[in-house]
Amino acid sequence: MAKITFITSNNETIIAEGTSGSVMELAVKNKVKGIDGDCGGVCSCATCHVHVNEEFWSAVGKPSELESDMLEFDDNVSEYSRLSCQLKVEEVPDGLILKVAK
Amino acid sequence: MTTTTQSQVCVVIGASHAGINLAFALRREGWEGNIILYDIDKEFPYHRPPLSKAYLTSEEGTEQSLLFPKENYDDENITLKLGISVKSINRNDKSINLSDNTVQSYDKLVIATGARPFIPPIKGIETAQNLFPMRTAEDAANIRKAFNASTKKRVIVIGGGYIGLETAASLKKLGAQVVVLEREERILARVTAPIMSEFFTELHQSNAVEILTSKNVISIETKNDINSVICDDNSTYEADLIVVGVGIKVNTELAQEADLVIENGIKVDATARTNDEHIYAIGDCSYHYNPHYKTNVRLESVQNAVDQAKTAAKAICGQENVVYDTIPWFWSDQFDVKLQMVGLSNGYNDIVTRKEETKNSFSTWYFRDEELLAVDAVNFAKAYMLGTRFIKSGQLINKTKLSDTTIPFKPNSFI
Ligand SMILES: Cc1cc2nc3c(=O)[nH]c(=O)nc-3n(C[C@H](O)[C@H](O)[C@H](O)COP(=O)(O)OP(=O)(O)OC[C@H]3O[C@@H](n4cnc5c(N)ncnc54)[C@H](O)[C@@H]3O)c2cc1C
Ligand code: FES
Repeated sequence: MAKITFITSNNETIIAEGTSGSVMELAVKNKVKGIDGDCGGVCSCATCHVHVNEEFWSAVGKPSELESDMLEFDDNVSEYSRLSCQLKVEEVPDGLILKVAK
Repeated sequence: MTTTTQSQVCVVIGASHAGINLAFALRREGWEGNIILYDIDKEFPYHRPPLSKAYLTSEEGTEQSLLFPKENYDDENITLKLGISVKSINRNDKSINLSDNTVQSYDKLVIATGARPFIPPIKGIETAQNLFPMRTAEDAANIRKAFNASTKKRVIVIGGGYIGLETAASLKKLGAQVVVLEREERILARVTAPIMSEFFTELHQSNAVEILTSKNVISIETKNDINSVICDDNSTYEADLIVVGVGIKVNTELAQEADLVIENGIKVDATARTNDEHIYAIGDCSYHYNPHYKTNVRLESVQNAVDQAKTAAKAICGQENVVYDTIPWFWSDQFDVKLQMVGLSNGYNDIVTRKEETKNSFSTWYFRDEELLAVDAVNFAKAYMLGTRFIKSGQLINKTKLSDTTIPFKPNSFI
């Protein structure tokens, strides 16, 4: 079980708990504003873009090639960008903090 | 506006990508009244794209790919009426007639009826054994079941479009012997350039899927559960399972009988509204204007269903200056290849293809003179993302630089 904190672009904080599925799905379930997951989690829409809080970056890990290709030309990309549909709830560190990209 | 929607009812016909996203978007936009969706399909609303992809090769059902989790419907007070079909729309008293003989009235009505598979009038198609289209969870489950039950696993796919090809690839992975019969001279003829058709033909052939073109199926003869599929050049192919993927028919009948304007789909304005101010139409069934391409289109994609639903929700909640204005995108997965497409290539007169160093990665850029219309990216999401950006901004591109792979793939490289 992982507890994940989402911070939306208008600084609303949502704490969500989940045991399975993707972080994007967890965010949609908890109505996190700014995470839509339009493509259903297949790395094609970038509507699930988050910035991983720096202290968790090494634990979360780097994106795959497809994912980093999707992110490279995104206007709001940062060195801590990930697509949350590619993060599995059971694999991310407990207490993870994610900032929803604009 | 919110005070006035409280006692209102928004009724949605069709609980799939378009209808369901509309319902949740209505809540986000502040709709306080009831939201009731009807669908003939009994399955809890699910994503369709996985049906021809991961669903076929897994053992799981659609509970792995629900559009929204079940709890969210309760949380948001969205009422789903599954297994019920809408029989007619009575615009005069703003109500609909249902298959359970009840009547439901509406203040706003949204038609999100999508499309159904077109079953071509081939002799013997009615009596063929284990012949299925691929549109619903039930279709996919039927295909999986018939496939598992068959010993020889000889599959014929009629139609080399995306759905047919994805189904062919998935069944091949499961060990089928697959033949795709395409009537045109090349697969994907209606939707991509010849170079893409060539690439996908080779991809399938290298995975031992037979792709046969200029094959017009004229009849199917069935004896002892084995089908013989016969083409107009007298060639015959035996099949234990047949998948029909030759396109769709738009579900416009309800709208037509209610005297709404139909043109290649239900005609709607920039807010997805029909010629009746209380009725909207979204998703695969809607025929709408695309401001970027300055043309009317009817699109079959998740992007269109979701984005048009969001637009209609804003309009229904009374927002002003709502305009549906998006650059369409689409994807397809076959074997280890991910195809991502952005834009509308219709009317292109020039193509630039850029092959990357990594195997099987390339992109096709469609131009009308100097204007970039669309990009098809194969295993190369960078081209898809950069193409999206260029199309949106109307950026002029140096085609010579674009085709030169010694130039690194960066936005400024091609300007
Ligand atoms: C196998 C497959 C793979 C696909 N892959 C992709 C892909 O990779 N990428 C992509 O972008 N798109 C893909 N698509 C297309 C995408 O799924 C459609 O564009 C999308 O489903 C359209 O959504 P919709 O809600 O407009 O229509 P539909 O999904 O067709 O839904 C319409 C709903 O209305 C219901 N309905 C119709 N008439 C009535 C009535 N009278 N009463 C009650 N209910 C009614 C139907 O039962 C249906 O559930 C795929 C489609 C299929 C079938
Ligand atoms: S949900 Fe579409 S890229 Fe993550």
